[in-house]
Amino acid sequence: MASDQQLSAIKNSKVLMVGAGGIGCELLKTLALSGFQDIHIIDMDTIEVSNLNRQFLFRRSHVGQSKAKVARDAVLKFRPSISITSYHANVKDPQFSVDFFKEFNVVLNGLDNLDARRHVNRLCLAAGVPLVESGTTGFLGQVSVHLKGKTECYECQPKPAPKTYPVCTITSTPSKFVHCIVWAKDLLFAKLFGDKNQENDLNVRSNDGHSSSDHSEDVFEQREDEDVEQYGRRIYDHVFGYNIEVALSNEETWKNRNKPRPIYVKDVPTGNLTQQNGNMREDGDLSAMASLGLKNPQDVWSLAENSKVFFEALKLFFVNRPKDIGNLTFDKDDQLAVEFVTAAANIRASSFGIPLHSLFEAKGIAGNIVHAVATTNAVVAGLIVIEAIKVLQKDNDNHRMTYCLEHPARKMLLMPAEPFEPNKSCYVCSETPLSLEVNTCRSKLRDFVEKIVKSKLGMNFPLIMHGSQILYEVGDDLDADMVAIYSANLEKVLSELPSPVTSGTMLSIEDLQQEFSCTINIKHREEFDEEKEPDGMLLSGWTQPSTLNKNELVGNGGSTSNALLAEGTENATGKKRKLSDISKPTTSDGSGLAESGNQNQPESLDDDDDDDLFISDDLESLTKKKRSQ
Amino acid sequence: MGGDEEQLTEQETALYDRQIRVWGADAQRRLSKSHFLVHGMKGIVAEFCKNIVLAGVGSVTLVDDRMVTEEALSANFLIPPEENAGRGKTLAELCCDSLKEFNPMVLVSVEKGDVSTFGGEFFEKFDAIILSSCSLVKKKLINQKCRKLSKRIAFYTVDCRDSTGEIFVDLQNYKYSKVTLLPVKVNCSQ
Repeated sequence: MASDQQLSAIKNSKVLMVGAGGIGCELLKTLALSGFQDIHIIDMDTIEVSNLNRQFLFRRSHVGQSKAKVARDAVLKFRPSISITSYHANVKDPQFSVDFFKEFNVVLNGLDNLDARRHVNRLCLAAGVPLVESGTTGFLGQVSVHLKGKTECYECQPKPAPKTYPVCTITSTPSKFVHCIVWAKDLLFAKLFGDKNQENDLNVRSNDGHSSSDHSEDVFEQREDEDVEQYGRRIYDHVFGYNIEVALSNEETWKNRNKPRPIYVKDVPTGNLTQQNGNMREDGDLSAMASLGLKNPQDVWSLAENSKVFFEALKLFFVNRPKDIGNLTFDKDDQLAVEFVTAAANIRASSFGIPLHSLFEAKGIAGNIVHAVATTNAVVAGLIVIEAIKVLQKDNDNHRMTYCLEHPARKMLLMPAEPFEPNKSCYVCSETPLSLEVNTCRSKLRDFVEKIVKSKLGMNFPLIMHGSQILYEVGDDLDADMVAIYSANLEKVLSELPSPVTSGTMLSIEDLQQEFSCTINIKHREEFDEEKEPDGMLLSGWTQPSTLNKNELVGNGGSTSNALLAEGTENATGKKRKLSDISKPTTSDGSGLAESGNQNQPESLDDDDDDDLFISDDLESLTKKKRSQ
Repeated sequence: MGGDEEQLTEQETALYDRQIRVWGADAQRRLSKSHFLVHGMKGIVAEFCKNIVLAGVGSVTLVDDRMVTEEALSANFLIPPEENAGRGKTLAELCCDSLKEFNPMVLVSVEKGDVSTFGGEFFEKFDAIILSSCSLVKKKLINQKCRKLSKRIAFYTVDCRDSTGEIFVDLQNYKYSKVTLLPVKVNCSQ
């Protein structure tokens, strides 16, 4: 068993867990069994049925309740005397301040999104508290330790942003199924069932003269004299027939691409749409599949079947859920929405010669579903606790970043590596200034705040200063006059701000909650490529860590040659590993459209996208090479 | 459940969605028809039982006639430490009650007695056997009984001491196929 000294360090420690889901349940259990006695746990989510295959502290009867709270109660059942404090809240809430974090000996993350991880990273740096990070996807897992000043912080190696697609790919030239899903979800579904006041690119056609918005708006409104079935057929013809014809009329677009074919209702044998069965599933959800007798979500429907589902789902929304029309955003747990989006995406795919997919697959893509099993989480939780104990014992030279692989490499399922040293040009933990190229006469402060400060830099409550002048800040206790000034500033272009921002200006940006600050050098640039840089701004400045980092692959008695080390470090930049042949967008806010489009090669690789797990492609391949020797 | 039907039920699809995305619907169906025998309910075995019950196997039969002890409690989260709850029940019985809650679709039961004395017809009911907390002699004996059967039973032993663990696997003639993804050429160029 553990030494007395270890046991004592464990017993007297106070740990914070962020996340009570897949990793969280296993971790809380393991911490409790390992002798930890003061555990705090934060999670904003409630329990869903699909959690129950691995989040074993929860029961069906708990669906809808707070994960943090139920996890706590479940563990207290077998360890009644320990102290577990649960918070049903968002870790980004101001109550979890730097002072809050300072109370803990170590912070253990079991999160599922990049945004929260960056936030916790900054708070841990500010508080000087060690952080153990982790992530899992299917059979793959990873654990890493972050000690301020000693190892990399979580952001030393820039993590790829969630995948987005250029607007024109979605609206005009899809080539992959995921493009069709994004179209069906963010454009068509949003247009028909979502907020009418939202801007929608559905009828946007580049280089097209006659996209009169008034005319387009009318198309999607149900007319006085038409019933829901006629309405459905008219919409179908419009988006799958007419819109395609219009797109085809622009020869230039199709010079090097396969042309889509328009699909009209008359082309598809849907027969009479009489309701064959009840339109509810076992669980009481409205379902077009149920109506049509389509039982298996793993089946790939024909064009005719997809069309039937399209019409039936549309009808069920209008007839049985009229109150929802105009209020809905896509929700992967809304069966009818998933059916509609699957059908619409498939019809569009059919038009463009893209392979069709089953509802099951489509749901995974549209809902950004991460596949998951219990065992990987259990393994990772064990590794987290091992690293946490090292932290408590200040055993700083023995920390490991550990990858949990799907298949053994060099006969090992777990691949440990020594942590990297901090990246000297990491703008988060080493205060290196960044550069921003922008057209200071065209871009507004608002663009800068939304796309750079909040989105790229991950700040929630930014304070932007030019010298001693505050250009913008967010807060509860601001003077009404100041708030008015800041609002006005947002609408001004940079060069016309009260303290003009021009080439050579240095802005300092702070987030007081994260206690994170950085400097940005502004460089004026006139032109930006509309496709490659649609935001009209280019942020740069952090560089990859140098290849001279101290890094060793530590095996169980296996040899490590220097040649392997050099190769390993150069490429271990945390690129995503291709996990499956189904690509999916990873935008956690559901938006697949490129607002900050740095994606200039949307068709480069058919990689699946998961912003929560980073396995070095080359670490894998180099270990495979070694094995084949 | 799902034993006689070709397809997974709606309930199974909803519950197992995330793992079906890992190993596929076909594997899930086969899991639901599989039967496990597990001997020795210590920490590592508790973890294992949790994992396979969550995975949705057909049945799990537990064997451990020992009564609850302090040591048994230390790494076994399946046993509530209250005095009354444990009274008179064996380790297997206590774990059985907890495991059932993890997944009501899995049949969890208890078998009493020294399984090393049981005959081949007993072992034939299972697709996989996991042995822990028993002597090497008994492990060998059971392994031999299994290997004599025409049905191939997957045989595992597992033990943990401090921070060392050991797993032994006997799958006899085990054939499997591996899917390799080849790079695909995209037809339309941009």
